[in-house]
Amino acid sequence: MTQPDNFGFGEEAALLKSSARKFFTDRFPTSTLHALVAGDHRPERASECQWDPGMWQELVELGWTMLAVPESAGGVGLPAVAVAGLAEELGRAAFPCPLLGTINASYVLATCGAEAAPALAEIAEGRSASLAITNSVGSWSPGDTDVSCRDGVLNGTAWYVQDARKAARLLVSAQTETGLGLYWVATDAPGVSVQADTIVDLTRDQAHVCFDNVQATRVAANGLAALGQAMPAIWTVLAADMVGAAEWQLQTTVEYVGTRRQFDRPLGFFQAVKHPLVNVMLQIDQAKSLVYNAACAIDTDPARAAQYAHMAKAAASEAAAFAADRSVQLHGGIGFTWECFVHLYFKRQKHSQLLWGDAAWHRARLADIVIGPTTAGV
Amino acid sequence: MSDSASKDTPEQAEFRLYCRDWLAANRPPDPTVRLPLSALEIMTTGQLDYLQAWQKAAYDAGLVGCDYPRSVGGGGRKDCQRVANEEMLTARTPYFPNIIGLGMAAPTVFYHAGEELKQRLLPRLFSGEDIWCQGFSEPGAGSDLASVQTFAERRGEKWVINGHKVWTSLAHFAEWMILLLRTDKSQKYDGLSYFVVPIRAALGKGVTVRPLIKITGETGFNEVIFDNLEVDDGYRLDELGKGWQVAMTTLLHERGAGELQTPRAGGLKSKGSHATTAHNLIEFARTARRDGKPAADDALLRDRIMQQLICETALTQNQRRSRVPALLDHPMRLPLQNKLLASEISQHTAALALEVAGASASLYLGDDNAPAGGQWNLAHMNSYGMTIAAGTSEVQRNILGERVLGLAKSK
Ligand SMILES: Cc1cc2nc3c(=O)[nH]c(=O)nc-3n(C[C@H](O)[C@H](O)[C@H](O)COP(=O)(O)OP(=O)(O)OC[C@H]3O[C@@H](n4cnc5c(N)ncnc54)[C@H](O)[C@@H]3O)c2cc1C
Repeated sequence: MTQPDNFGFGEEAALLKSSARKFFTDRFPTSTLHALVAGDHRPERASECQWDPGMWQELVELGWTMLAVPESAGGVGLPAVAVAGLAEELGRAAFPCPLLGTINASYVLATCGAEAAPALAEIAEGRSASLAITNSVGSWSPGDTDVSCRDGVLNGTAWYVQDARKAARLLVSAQTETGLGLYWVATDAPGVSVQADTIVDLTRDQAHVCFDNVQATRVAANGLAALGQAMPAIWTVLAADMVGAAEWQLQTTVEYVGTRRQFDRPLGFFQAVKHPLVNVMLQIDQAKSLVYNAACAIDTDPARAAQYAHMAKAAASEAAAFAADRSVQLHGGIGFTWECFVHLYFKRQKHSQLLWGDAAWHRARLADIVIGPTTAGV
Repeated sequence: MSDSASKDTPEQAEFRLYCRDWLAANRPPDPTVRLPLSALEIMTTGQLDYLQAWQKAAYDAGLVGCDYPRSVGGGGRKDCQRVANEEMLTARTPYFPNIIGLGMAAPTVFYHAGEELKQRLLPRLFSGEDIWCQGFSEPGAGSDLASVQTFAERRGEKWVINGHKVWTSLAHFAEWMILLLRTDKSQKYDGLSYFVVPIRAALGKGVTVRPLIKITGETGFNEVIFDNLEVDDGYRLDELGKGWQVAMTTLLHERGAGELQTPRAGGLKSKGSHATTAHNLIEFARTARRDGKPAADDALLRDRIMQQLICETALTQNQRRSRVPALLDHPMRLPLQNKLLASEISQHTAALALEVAGASASLYLGDDNAPAGGQWNLAHMNSYGMTIAAGTSEVQRNILGERVLGLAKSK
C-alpha cells in the first residue's frame, strides 16, 4: 500500500484543526481550566469530576464528537489524520471531556459490523462513551478483563475507565464461553455502579465500574479482533493529545524563561536552560511526525498501522514525560506551586504517559513486529 | 513507503521515469576498493577515480544540478533534484565525491557570483571534474566562525592573501576553494569577504596543503596555508564586506536548510560499503550472540534498538511533515533540526551496534573476524565528524533555541 505524501492531511483536516485551536484558545484559556478543576488542593481531597457540560454540548453540535463514526453509520467519517489534528488541539487545551473515549469507542464499534450499528448511531446522535476494557492490574493487552458475560448479563468490574463519570455509555469487554465479547451499556443502567478513583490528574476523571447482573447489548462476538483492529487508532489519538499538551508545556516554559531574569539576564540565555528546551522541541517534533504517519497508515496502509502507532505512542510518552519534567524544573519555585498552571499539564501528561501502554510497553510490541518474537526457551 | 510519485507534477513524473530507466541501464560497477563511509574521508586516487566517474556519468545523464538554469550547466528543471535524489537513493548508487562543491559551493556561487564566473565554474563542479573544498575554519576560529583572521590585502586589481585554514576536507584533491577571510580588521562581521580561489593551480605558489590524520586513522581533511597568494578581484563573491552574508548562504545549504536541493546519491550495497541504519543494526543483532542466544532476543537490547528505529523513522517523517504547511509551527523549525538529528541518531545507532557486537567490537578494519569488516567502529568514530563539523551539535542547539524558540542570544 502507498501512503500520500502529505499524510492525507487535506483542507478539511486543516480547517478542523485551526477551528479547534481557535475554539479552545477563545473559550477555554488555561486560567479557566485552573478555575474549573483546581479548586480543592487538599492531597486527600475526594475524587472530583469538574467539567463544563455546556461546552461539551457545543462540541457535540460542532460534530466533533462523531468524527470517527463512519458516514454510513450517520457520523462525519473523517480520516484519522483529521481526528489526530483535533486531538492535538484538545491536548493543548487539556480540555476535560469524554472526547477521547468517545472517539475510541467509535473506532472499536466501526470494526464490529451490523451488530454495532445502533451503538454507533447513539454516538452520531451525540452520546459520549468510554472504554471499559482494562482489568484490576491495569493490563494494556486488549482481552485482559475481569468482567464476564453469560446470556447477555454482565458481572465483574472494569478498571481504569477514563472519564467514566462524564460518559453516557460504556463499551465493555467481557469473557464469554466462546471468547471475548464486546457489550454496550448505559452508565446509568440498573446494576452499573461507577466507583470514582481519586487520581492525580485534575483534567480527567477515572473510575472502576462494577457490573452486578447488568443486561447488556452485545456489539461484537469476536471482541479481540475488533479491539486489535482499533487499538492503533486509540494509541495514535492519545499520542496526538500528548503532543499538543507537550507543545503547551514548551511554549509556556519558553515564555517564562524569556521574561524571568536572574544574574542580569533572561534565564533562556543560559544553555543549561536553552538546550533542554530545544531537546523538548526535538522530541515533540519527532512524536508529532510519528503521530501523523501512524494516522495516515490507519487511513491508507492498515497493515502497518500497529507498527507505526507503537512508534507514535512510545515517542509521545517520552516527549510528554520530558516536557513535564523540564516545565516544572525550569519554572523554579513557582513551578512547584499549585497556583502555577504547569502542574495541570504535568499531571495530565504523567497520566497519559502510561495510559494504553507506556513507552517501554510499546517498544516491546514494536520489537515483536519488526524483529519478530524472541526465540523463547532456546 | 510514502509514494512521492503520486504528488509529482507532470514534469517530475516524466523525469522520474527517465531517471529510473537510466539508473536501471547504467548501474556503476561494484567498486574494487573499499569506499569510505562518506566523501569526507576519501584518501586515495583509487577511491576518487571510481566516485568521480560515477558523478560524471550521472551529470552527463542530467541527474545532477537539475534545478539550476541551463546557462550555468544545470538541467533547467523545476524542483526535480529531489526526484533524481529519491531515485538514486532507491537505486542504491555510490555517493558523489564532490560533496562540498554540490552542497555548499554551488548554491553560494549561484546566488553571489557574476554570470560569467557561474558559467565557468558550475559545469565542472556539477560533473565532479573540479573537486571543491571549503576554507572557513581556522585554528582560532571554529564555532565562532566570524572571528577568522586569514587576511586579504588589496593591491590594485589583486588581493594578497595570508593565513591558515584547518580541517579543510578534500583540499588534497580540490581545484577550487570557497574562502571566507577578512578584508577589514576593525569590524568583526562587516570586515569579512568571500572569495573562490583556484588552489590547485597555486600549490607551491602561495598555497600549501598538509593532510591531517583523523581519529579513525584515515585522512580526508587538511590544513591549508596561504603565504602571499595573489588572487584576482574577479574571484570575489558579492560586495566587499558582505562575506558573512554570503557565508550564511553556504551554511544554510550545508545544514540542509537552503533553497536549492543538494544533489545527493548513495545507498550502494556492496562489500566495500556500509550504512549505519537501524535496519542494518537489527540484521546484525540477529547474528550476534549474547549468552548463547541471538542478541536480538535480549529484552534490553531490543528496547534500545527500537529507540533507534523510532528516532530514525521520526527523522524521515519530519522531512515528510516539513512539506505540509498546516502541520508546521515555524518555517525553520524542522529544517534546522535535520543535521543535528541525523548526526546524533547515527552516532547512537553505531554505538549500540558496538554493544551488540560484544567482544568482537574490539576488532577493526584490518581484522578478518571484525563484524561488518570493522565498519561499525569506523562509523562510530566518524559520526563525531558529523556532530562536530558544519556547526557542532551544541551550536545547532543554540541556533534552534534562539532562532526558533526566540530565547536570548548567547553571543
Ligand atoms: C570531519 C570534519 C570535517 C570538517 N571539514 C571542514 C571543512 O571542509 N572546512 C571547514 O572550514 N571546516 C571543516 N571542519 C571544521 C568544523 O567546521 C569545526 O570543527 C567546527 O565548526 C567546530 O569548531 P572547532 O573545531 O574549532 O571547535 P570549537 O569551536 O573550539 O568547539 C569545541 C567544543 O566547544 C563547544 N562550543 C563552542 N562554542 C560553543 C558555544 N557557543 N556554546 C556551546 N558550546 C560551544 C563545541 O560544540 C565543541 O563541543 C570539519 C570538521 C570535521 C570534524
